[in-house]
Amino acid sequence: MSAEEVAGEMKKKFPEADVRIPRASRLTASVKKEVLLDVCSFLKDAGFDHLSSIAGVDRAENFEVAYFLWSYEKKILVTLKTAVQKENPRIQSVIKIWEGANWHEREAYDMFGIVFEGHPDLRRLLMPEDFVGHPLRKDFKLPEVE
Amino acid sequence: MNLYGVVLWLLTAIINSIAIPIIAWLGNLLWFIRPVTDFAIALLKNDAFLNFVVVFAEAFIILIYIALFIIILLWFERKMWGRFQDRRGPMHVGYAGLLQIFADMMKIFGKEDIIPKKADKLLFTLCPIIVTATAFLALVALPMSDGFVIARLDGGLLFVFAAFSLAPLGVFIGGWGANNKYTLQGALRGAAQMISYEVPLLFSVLGVVMLAGSFNIMDIVHRQTIWYALLQPIGLFVFFTAATAEIERPPFDIPEAESELVAGWQTEYAGMKYGICWVAEWIRMYVGAALVVLLFFGGWNGPWLPQEIWFQIKLWIILIFMIWVRQSFPRPRIDQLLNLGWKRLLPLSIVNIVLTIGIVASGWLG
Amino acid sequence: MAEMWINMGPQHPATHGLWDLRIKVDGDMILDADPQIGYIHRGIEKLGENRNYTQFIPLADRTGYASPMTWAILYVLTVEELMDIKVPPRATYIRTIAFELQRMASHLLFVYGMAENVGAMWPPLVYAYRERELLLDLFQILTGARFHFNYPRIGGVKWDIPQTFEAQTKKALDVIESKLKEYERMFDESEIFLMRTKGVAVLRKEDAIRMGVTGPTLRACGVKEDLRKSEPYMCYSDFDFGIPTGKNGDLYDRWVVRIAEIRESAKIVRQALDRIPGGAVATKVPAAVVKSVTVLDGETGYEDLCVIMAKVPKVIKPPPGEAYVRVEDSRGESAMYIISDGTERPYRIKIRSPIFCTLSALKYMMRGARVADVPPIMEGIDILLSEVDR
Repeated sequence: MSAEEVAGEMKKKFPEADVRIPRASRLTASVKKEVLLDVCSFLKDAGFDHLSSIAGVDRAENFEVAYFLWSYEKKILVTLKTAVQKENPRIQSVIKIWEGANWHEREAYDMFGIVFEGHPDLRRLLMPEDFVGHPLRKDFKLPEVE
Repeated sequence: MNLYGVVLWLLTAIINSIAIPIIAWLGNLLWFIRPVTDFAIALLKNDAFLNFVVVFAEAFIILIYIALFIIILLWFERKMWGRFQDRRGPMHVGYAGLLQIFADMMKIFGKEDIIPKKADKLLFTLCPIIVTATAFLALVALPMSDGFVIARLDGGLLFVFAAFSLAPLGVFIGGWGANNKYTLQGALRGAAQMISYEVPLLFSVLGVVMLAGSFNIMDIVHRQTIWYALLQPIGLFVFFTAATAEIERPPFDIPEAESELVAGWQTEYAGMKYGICWVAEWIRMYVGAALVVLLFFGGWNGPWLPQEIWFQIKLWIILIFMIWVRQSFPRPRIDQLLNLGWKRLLPLSIVNIVLTIGIVASGWLG
Repeated sequence: MAEMWINMGPQHPATHGLWDLRIKVDGDMILDADPQIGYIHRGIEKLGENRNYTQFIPLADRTGYASPMTWAILYVLTVEELMDIKVPPRATYIRTIAFELQRMASHLLFVYGMAENVGAMWPPLVYAYRERELLLDLFQILTGARFHFNYPRIGGVKWDIPQTFEAQTKKALDVIESKLKEYERMFDESEIFLMRTKGVAVLRKEDAIRMGVTGPTLRACGVKEDLRKSEPYMCYSDFDFGIPTGKNGDLYDRWVVRIAEIRESAKIVRQALDRIPGGAVATKVPAAVVKSVTVLDGETGYEDLCVIMAKVPKVIKPPPGEAYVRVEDSRGESAMYIISDGTERPYRIKIRSPIFCTLSALKYMMRGARVADVPPIMEGIDILLSEVDR
């Protein structure tokens, strides 16, 4: 299956998704967070079994969570993006679909404060446990040194 | 004329020409201590007392020899390691690094002696003492040439092994006394390793004992017209392996070099206590290598060189081999090690005993 | 004995970097593992948001301190995709050579670590370092530094390869390839080494793919996956090299795969040196000329000029957009995700580190292993804490 076919199937199943093909074997899709798990299951069944990484981004109006999926068979890279609201950011965890998402989601929680529902052990990964604040947010003030 | 004869002659000369005249003159001068000096002269002229003094002299000589031996062994080992690893070893301190060991010893002497707060002080201090003392004890029955031995024991071999085997006790005590669960684990492993290699060690020399017909080490050396290494190759192999495991030399240095446990049962020891544990290891290395030479390679037998020189030559060849073995093998896991001891070495040593029984009973060796 | 959690770390002589491995043990057997990382978290991603695009290159070097060249090249590749810059072929070849030499140096460091952890086999350890010195000398004449090179630039490389580089590289490769045979013999014929590594820390294929493990660890499980072949970047499609795979996914296979990869990398470097475009190295362009950016006119002109840098503006301001580029680093698939908002500082840099994902799969590897196996297992995945913590 090529990227166009995957895109076609996605558009059929999830009409509100914004699917694009920027170049060969690359697919970008923006979905709403409500359908995230369905889209991810669909992609996993379509052969995208390698979750490359999960990136959190602090956009001006909301957080964005980007999932990068790769299919060993089809050799297509899918970038899946969802928007999460800034106050009380919560999103479904994809850990049941790709178990490797465990640490990526913990890091996104640590750095941005996005809570992944369904994650078995959501605690800070890189910062110390008693750290207050989420460092990669744009409004995070670095402590001043006297 | 060997070392024992030299020592005997020297002592007799000193006593007869120096000590007795001085005491006699003293007795003549001060009439009131005459009974004491008479008694002293009678004592000094007594043969039994002379033997007693000779034993002390031999012990003294052996102590000095061991101290020098450790220093030279350490230097040699480090140079050899360096050459195996394509580098040169210590080079700067002293000519060709000869004074390096002194520098290291001075460093260890100067360290603060730390005892962990919750450790059991008595047991903690007792452990290196036991381990080292038993190592020195084993030296007592090891001859260096014909007659030069501190204690002529008919069960000399058994005595050496008995002293050797007391070390696990010290290791247990040390591990427990340090009040640290990792040290305890390391001590348990170290003691388990030592104990499980005792059995093949003892079994492998039974073949030699059968061939020689006695446990007296001097007898064993005297009866080696052919080296027992040629008659007992399996025994030699098993003994060497078991001895290396027993003295915790690499590749069997799990208790002290295991990455998980830092330094095993020696972790909590600082400064001189640590140094003493290392001294114990090198003395046991000497004991192991000396046993190999005495039991399997004919001890001090050899043409036209003095016996002591032959003994040293053979000893150092065995030590070179031990150092070589150290560099060549990775370290097995503790469970693999114990497997090796119980499932491989022990049956091998039993096979060796059976074979030897067959050879001796058939009278093939006369 | 009761089950308990033991802490190995953070201060521990064998943990290769600063982290805390909590393992649940029952006597000597390990039941579960819970690594705690973050002790050397330097906030590279946040630092990147406050730097120029060019100023980030040294930070990218320091993301993976045992293989800095690969991370720096990954970063410049990502920015070039962001800005859609076409890098001249000669620069691409130079980057490929540096990349593969770095992979070889990193794998020799792995040999060192393996020798040390599996059983303190000192001679092979020192020999591996001796060969690594040859590679570091090569890097020194190429970039000026032995570690943390700061060599790739957005659009090319910093300067051309020196005159003696080719001959010295070929000699170094000859030495390394001949010594590789020696290492293989030393380790394969050592029964204790085989005892310690065969059947230890088996990672199944399914677990590996599910947890996102990539690189030599994945290949040791039997999955023939290499980004250089499945999604060729730079000029890897021009070269002929193999992908070594293992059979069982145990520690021994990871060892075998990496040793074979050193050979393959040497092959690639030789082919690259023979085919490098832009003519002989003798036409070395002095640094002063290189700094003032050499302009290309269309596609011709490569044969005459020794071009190592594309035309890039002095102040790099990529158009708003994003790029996600993945390369096959010495440890697996590393990736960078850079979002630009049109200013001269990146909006977001996200780094995907291969060991990050492999560490989360650690508990699958450690089940059934013993406590004494922990250091070899950690070294077997070629752990590098700086890229985990960033």
